Amino acid sequence: MVIPGDEPTGSLVRPYAVTGGRTRPRIEIAIEALVETTARGRGGSGESIGGGREQQYIVTLCDGRLQSLAEISARMQLPLGVARVLVADMAADGLVAIYEPASLEGNDAVGTELLERVLSGLRRL
Amino acid sequence: MHRPSAGRVTSAKIVIAGGFGVGKTTLVGSVSEITPLTTEAIMTSAGVDVDDTRNVPGKTTTTVAMDFGRISIDHDLILYLFGTPGQTRFWFMWDELVRGAIGAVVLVDTRRLADCFAAIDFFEHRRLPYLVAINCFDGMQFHDVNDVREALAISNDVPVFSCDARSRESTKNTLIALVEHVLTMRRHRAVAPA
Repeated sequence: MVIPGDEPTGSLVRPYAVTGGRTRPRIEIAIEALVETTARGRGGSGESIGGGREQQYIVTLCDGRLQSLAEISARMQLPLGVARVLVADMAADGLVAIYEPASLEGNDAVGTELLERVLSGLRRL
Repeated sequence: MHRPSAGRVTSAKIVIAGGFGVGKTTLVGSVSEITPLTTEAIMTSAGVDVDDTRNVPGKTTTTVAMDFGRISIDHDLILYLFGTPGQTRFWFMWDELVRGAIGAVVLVDTRRLADCFAAIDFFEHRRLPYLVAINCFDGMQFHDVNDVREALAISNDVPVFSCDARSRESTKNTLIALVEHVLTMRRHRAVAPA
């Protein structure tokens, strides 16, 4: 994996400093939701995307590879809630796309098909 | 990959629960395509005297760590395995973990059987399908599978298996058994709606 060397350090002293103190994300994002950098996110330089190095890091991390919110949080050593606020802001600015997990509620065919895909994927391991 | 995209990009998750030191991260690491990662969640709770501004330092912050791994099922379908926080008192995190999960593996050390009671209670309360996997440390099994089922007071339709959390093949088979169990339960529900 290509990971920028300049990793933000996740200080737990003031974890929400990088979000300007905001603790509520603009949209809820599941812990396993997948994040991918958009063409717009890829094209923007650090300044033009209006973010700091955390945003830059996320744009690079999710460029051409799907990463869950949990992975972003872990690789940046930022608490989950902080990563969620950052990613939600970036999605609102069109810098990343978010793919929410499929619902397994009820007995619908979509959920059953997903489970069958997971099952055959596990069997191929 | 094996076949073209069957639809939109999506993910799924399976929860790995069990007592502290039972081998959850070992199990996750045995099949994960990445070295297990750790994500942390913070819960801040106000002290008792919330209206007393002089008592601001009364706030307490708790950090909960969760280890997880990843399996790419297809280029557009990623399965995550999340280990539950060691202490079951962090229920706020369990809520988030079980939401939308396929099901759970309850990993059991028969020398400390009681460590998994809280997890089983939680999954039954949430109606999250689960199976019990008895981790056989060093190939030893200290109890018969049926004894474990009885000791845990779980119904006969909950699968109970022996496993070796260090073994990729064993973990793979445990996960396959869980997904098969979930599919079976869905079929039963479809035939006889509750």
